[in-house]
Amino acid sequence: MSTYLPFARTEARTNYLNADYGWKSWLFTTDHKRIALLYLFSITAFFFVGGAFAVGMRVNLLTPEGIFAHDTYNKLFTMHGIIMVFFFLVPSIPATLGNFLVPLMIGARDLAFPRINLLSWYLYMIGGAIALTAIVKGGVDTGWTFYAPFSSTYSNTHVILTAIGVFVSGFSSILTGLNFIVTIHTMRAPGMTWGRLPLFVWGHYATSLIQVLGTPVIAITLVLLGLERVLHAGIFDPAVGGDPVLFQHLFWFYSHPAVYIMILPGMAVISEIIPCFSRKALFGYTFVAISSIAIAVLGFLVWGHHLFVAGQSMYASMVFSLLSFLVAIPSAIKVFNWTATMYKGSISYETPMLYAFGFIGLFTIGGLTGLFLATLAIDVHVTDTYFVIAHFHYIMVGGMVMAYLGGIHFWFPKISGRMYPEGWARFAALIVFVGFNLTFFPQFILGYQGMPRRYAHYPPEFQVLNVMSTAGASILAVGYLLPIIYLGWAWRKGPKAPQNPWNAKGLEWEQSPTPPPTYNFETQPVVTEPAYNYSGESEEVGIG
Amino acid sequence: MGDSEATLAVHEPGLKHHFDDSAQQFQSSTLGMWVFLVTELMFFGGMFGGYTVYRNMYPDAFASTSHFMNVPIGAINTGVLIFSSFTMVMAVRSAQLGQKKVLIAFLIFTLLLGCLFLTLKYVEYHEKWVDHHIPGPGFQYADTRYFHQAQILFFLYFAMTGMHAIHMIVGVGMLIVLISMAARNRFTQAWYTPVEMIGLYWHFVDIVWIFLFPLLYLIGHTK
Amino acid sequence: MTHPVVPIKTYAAVFGALLALTITTVAVSKLELGEFNFVAAMTIAVIKGTLVVMFFMDVRRATSLTKLIVGAGLFWMAILFVFVLSDYASRGWLPGPRWF
Repeated sequence: MSTYLPFARTEARTNYLNADYGWKSWLFTTDHKRIALLYLFSITAFFFVGGAFAVGMRVNLLTPEGIFAHDTYNKLFTMHGIIMVFFFLVPSIPATLGNFLVPLMIGARDLAFPRINLLSWYLYMIGGAIALTAIVKGGVDTGWTFYAPFSSTYSNTHVILTAIGVFVSGFSSILTGLNFIVTIHTMRAPGMTWGRLPLFVWGHYATSLIQVLGTPVIAITLVLLGLERVLHAGIFDPAVGGDPVLFQHLFWFYSHPAVYIMILPGMAVISEIIPCFSRKALFGYTFVAISSIAIAVLGFLVWGHHLFVAGQSMYASMVFSLLSFLVAIPSAIKVFNWTATMYKGSISYETPMLYAFGFIGLFTIGGLTGLFLATLAIDVHVTDTYFVIAHFHYIMVGGMVMAYLGGIHFWFPKISGRMYPEGWARFAALIVFVGFNLTFFPQFILGYQGMPRRYAHYPPEFQVLNVMSTAGASILAVGYLLPIIYLGWAWRKGPKAPQNPWNAKGLEWEQSPTPPPTYNFETQPVVTEPAYNYSGESEEVGIG
Repeated sequence: MGDSEATLAVHEPGLKHHFDDSAQQFQSSTLGMWVFLVTELMFFGGMFGGYTVYRNMYPDAFASTSHFMNVPIGAINTGVLIFSSFTMVMAVRSAQLGQKKVLIAFLIFTLLLGCLFLTLKYVEYHEKWVDHHIPGPGFQYADTRYFHQAQILFFLYFAMTGMHAIHMIVGVGMLIVLISMAARNRFTQAWYTPVEMIGLYWHFVDIVWIFLFPLLYLIGHTK
Repeated sequence: MTHPVVPIKTYAAVFGALLALTITTVAVSKLELGEFNFVAAMTIAVIKGTLVVMFFMDVRRATSLTKLIVGAGLFWMAILFVFVLSDYASRGWLPGPRWF
């Protein structure tokens, strides 16, 4: 530390981390980067709470008889789902990396509404606290889907409290999306045209559209559910003329697009990592950008594939099935373009790139099994089996969590100003990949053989695959704990990061110091070249 | 999007430091408000969707319950809200012209009309309470054939008008804030964005009622 | 902010039209028109809503971006309605209980 470096940047430079000290400077901050860190820590906490429930489930499924009572097991998978979906996956990348990077990438000093940004973190925390209260008071057992009339009439658990928690955190999600949309429209630096926006920003724009258009519908659905639970007027109760399928329609109008809230930011991260470590411009920029928007729009037209066996009209099911296939097109465009980007690139294998490889493979498996499920006849066979569980975990954990970890490693130097230990990080990435596949691949087989989801017991012939799955889960847990340890160490003791350790393109690396100052840039950034201009070609190439 | 670098140095009054100029700030506020109104539209959209499903599922019960809707109060309330939208738009106009006293007068007028609407709504709710038409354990319905279906329809009536009333109450609260800001000379001819934004919100709530009134009170008699 | 002030006359005319349409819709609802009661009531409501959006909310003079957002809101609302209702409408196509 005391070595005299004549040309080193002066240590005294203020950045967003040392600009101010004390808990007040964090809890009342309106700096998007500090709010991103508030989110990062709280989301990580919720991830481990949700993970703890998963541990409980996997331990129970070690033996056919299980160790928990049925009621306890019902609560375990419900709370795992609720915490992971609403308090980890939905806010994960947008609220942390998105919050940190969207203004930096477009050359803005902050988000358009910094106080609303802080408010959205508080709403997230209040919603989370309410949901945790419900858990402490005894939990909830409806499944994360809150299906009526079980949730509205029969369940004896804390449905209303949990629903309020999800409702409140929904507004946090809406406000984040609103903030991003406005910021991306109005705050771009001179020269940052829509055709030059990094694909990370395009992905977050598409995500924000879904958050803004979908979340209000689940909010009102939960309000109706709560009122119904209090009043028992029968709006979702078939015994007195209500229609539970209506609940499912309204629920999935949000919750299917919510899957794209979870995966689009993951794709956004991958679109940044792959060009950087292939040293090539992203292949087919326009197609990848438009495919994000296409996923956001098409994602709203397919929710009925969750209702194939729920009593939905056969004709509606046929239409929803066809439309579900269409979502594969923009998703495939992305995968093909990432692959084409790597073709003849000078690829290096830093940790973020390892996660990106993992993402592409696992997302492809998850996406293709999604097509099986969109097929009416196959869906009838595998509905509510572990096939479905494996499918969406390949998307959400294999896809989204991989991308999240990849992004955290990629931008860790930017966020903390320190480098992480590359060897440990590569090791952890490998552990996560192995552990993930060992956990969830057996579940495809289990599901296809007919093991239903959400049961505490199972026939003995399924035990081998379940033991494999539990073994994989324990490896996966190690893979998730490792980054906490070495990143926590690197945050304090890691070697100082240069401004652009990956030699990456983009305003956040090229024109903002590391870590960035409070208002991000020391001079007004001006953009003169297309995104991912790794080949250093003249600016006119690629824009047309 | 941003203007030249020169604008960085100039900070106009009311301009937050992360914006380049007040045009950018105003553009952001307007855009943000409209996106928020779209979320509100989807929020009410879920209930309108549920309403449409049940109205078509149970047309006879719907015709039966529609006789218990107080059409005169509903119609008067529609007039009250339209009038309040008019006074709101006049308030924005006065702000634009920098007429502080007229602005405050119109805001107070809007506030009073909002309160009148809520009072009439209370009268209607009280009527339903007396008739035991509130869904829940105490619900009673004279035509026992439609007991369950009528309860669902009254549930939707209360959910939709109740959610609308909550939005009215929020609007009234924001009007009070606007009046106090105007009284403290916070608005100038150059900056009156909050008046305009709350105005947009108020008109949106008015539009929801413009649809609720015919759907809940008027159609159904004849089906 | 950048637009010229609208004359009071315009606002008053819109206000008058809205009141007149409210009276019309109440009057029409007293007639026995069968299904057309619904059509008439909704047509009038749409006209009233459009007047408020265009004149009071000034979308008539707003940027194309604002118009796009309004359009997107209505489009997504239409998605919700069309797909939910198409399920209920087509359930009756097979033998069984009729919903519509």
